[in-house]
Amino acid sequence: MDPWVEIGLQLGVPLLVLLATYGIGSAVERRHFRLLRMREIRSRSMPVATILEVPPGWEVTGSALVTGSCVVSLDYFKRFVAGLRLLFGGRLASYETLLDRARREALLRMKERAHEAGYRAIIGVRLETSQIAPNGRRDGRTAGVEVLASGTALRLGR
Amino acid sequence: MLLSTTETVPGKTIREFYGVVTGSTVRAKHIGKDIMAGLKNIVGGELKGYTELLQEARQEALERMVAQAQSVGANAVVNVRFSTSNITQGAAELFAYGTAVRVE
Repeated sequence: MDPWVEIGLQLGVPLLVLLATYGIGSAVERRHFRLLRMREIRSRSMPVATILEVPPGWEVTGSALVTGSCVVSLDYFKRFVAGLRLLFGGRLASYETLLDRARREALLRMKERAHEAGYRAIIGVRLETSQIAPNGRRDGRTAGVEVLASGTALRLGR
Repeated sequence: MLLSTTETVPGKTIREFYGVVTGSTVRAKHIGKDIMAGLKNIVGGELKGYTELLQEARQEALERMVAQAQSVGANAVVNVRFSTSNITQGAAELFAYGTAVRVE
């Protein structure tokens, strides 16, 4: 085979995958952020706090443990870019937005679940982040991250 | 069984402490879900299969904690915390713990 064709194939395929995942990954992320903003506006009426005590004056008629979680992963392109970044150090913007997405999603899921069950506020909120191995073949290159939000939902009397 | 992440069950008073109760489960990934997650890993975004898997496992850890609390005679668990650890490639431990109490 012509060596140029071979080089083209060797380099071209990963490059194509990179470009394609860049497009798809960015589109998925933009859509997710748009949805997050909409849902956040919709659920704004429910107070969520990390305080451990019920604010004075609130009449609590019931409570329950509520959780919300989300596992997200970077796309191939961003993982590649992040890999380069690791050589030079500095801010890994792609991981920042990834964690931001996961955290907001987990919080929203917790709020939405509490709201559906008739609760009107959540206190004692905790956020936990843990790394989940996305596939067994590669080690140490895990991009999958789980964020768990937990809290105590309150049913309020009037 | 009342569960809360705060120091007491809101609106109730703690009458008796029974100490720490725990519940845990170790889960390996499902092969089908893993292949899907592997594909999803290329384009990024949420790995729904994993979210569900972990949620289900965490529920089981909670149930085990509740069972332990019941066996010591508690009617509530306060200060519930979760922790997740990757113990080996492809498996994770989901752990829930809290303080068993009797509230009124």
